[in-house]
Amino acid sequence: MFSVSTFLDSFAPLAMAARYTLLVSGLGIALGLVIGALICAARMSSNPVLRGFGGLWVSFLRGVPLLVQLLLMYYLLPVIGVNVPAIAAAVISVGICASAYISEIWRGAIAALPKGQTEAAQAIGMAPTTVWTRVILPQAVVMSLPALVNELILLVKASSLVSIVGIMEITRASQAQAATTFRPMEVYLAAACIYLAINLTLAAIGRYLENRMAV
Amino acid sequence: MEWQIFEQYGPMLLRGFGVTVLCWLLGTVFSMALGLVIALIQRYAPAPLRWLIQIYIEIIRGTPFLVQLFVLYYGGPLIGLRLDALPAGILGLTVYGSPYFAEIFRSGFRAVPLGQIEAARAIGMSEPTIIRRILLPLGLVSALPALINFSIILTKETVILSIITVPELMYQVNRMSTETFRYLEANLVLALFFWLLVETISRVGRRLESRVTRHLLERP
Repeated sequence: MFSVSTFLDSFAPLAMAARYTLLVSGLGIALGLVIGALICAARMSSNPVLRGFGGLWVSFLRGVPLLVQLLLMYYLLPVIGVNVPAIAAAVISVGICASAYISEIWRGAIAALPKGQTEAAQAIGMAPTTVWTRVILPQAVVMSLPALVNELILLVKASSLVSIVGIMEITRASQAQAATTFRPMEVYLAAACIYLAINLTLAAIGRYLENRMAV
Repeated sequence: MEWQIFEQYGPMLLRGFGVTVLCWLLGTVFSMALGLVIALIQRYAPAPLRWLIQIYIEIIRGTPFLVQLFVLYYGGPLIGLRLDALPAGILGLTVYGSPYFAEIFRSGFRAVPLGQIEAARAIGMSEPTIIRRILLPLGLVSALPALINFSIILTKETVILSIITVPELMYQVNRMSTETFRYLEANLVLALFFWLLVETISRVGRRLESRVTRHLLERP
């Protein structure tokens, strides 16, 4: 029957493993924000080659499961002579995958800005770079915040996949725990509770930011 | 790069692809149906039942699909739920997808103008008829893009079923790569397969969308 003590005992080791979950999803979103900005810029540029590259990047990364991207990265890096630890391959592929979604979020946010604002800024003689840094970007970033928090929640859940390349995050740790205690139900339920706690916290932060920064 | 291995493993990969498509189709249909039921319950049921459903939605949306599968497949037998990998996988997809579909249906229903429902009530339509004749036809059209979008997301979730040994494409690719040690080629092919599948579905989806919204555009 359900063993409450195993359930409760599972929390300590799994909470330790949550560091890796947070590390992979945190660094993943950071990398995704940087690459996502570049891809977004490429897709909005006037250069057709850059636009095509951006489109292909987004279509490929959104069309291929993250698990497959992860394994590709894991096996591809050694072939092209880059020897990095598994954690780096995990963070890079999570970040690259996130970049495709984040670039679309930003493109949507920028497109949603009323055109009159840009025109007004140009009319009073702002330089194009100033229009971007003072008018478009501040508003687009604020508008995209809820969607970005949503993306971070998705990444926390997606980080369970990096268990497959041997990172000791929550899911991997609960597999080990389930194998030693022979009580998979209790252990995986404990893991589910930890994920739920992380994600509900993130969702609360998202709602707070949304209310605070409402334009 | 060595490509000869695909001559030997080709049929196996195609079979795996068939299982992938099967899991995706059944998983999508079942979770869409369950999602619709949940959305209708949330709209019409009394408050306590609505809260229970809300808790279900929060739990499923807040935990990774992989963990849900582990609970179902390895934890299930402890409470007497003994399933083979394939049915467990399809059940898992159904449970995982249902709250997302429910939320999509809910916002689709919200997009139906209240005046239409009030008008239907005013001419004496019964509540089930209103659902069938007003709420569903109008709500489904506005929910269609999001429904297609989430169905595409579900295609990609099917690879996770390989971890509980459902013999779909990813599982067969893993088998091939551990037998031949050609990991890169195998995963590259897998990526191409999925890219093609997803692009095909999204193209079909766009055609479907423009078809059902035709009446909105063709006004003179």
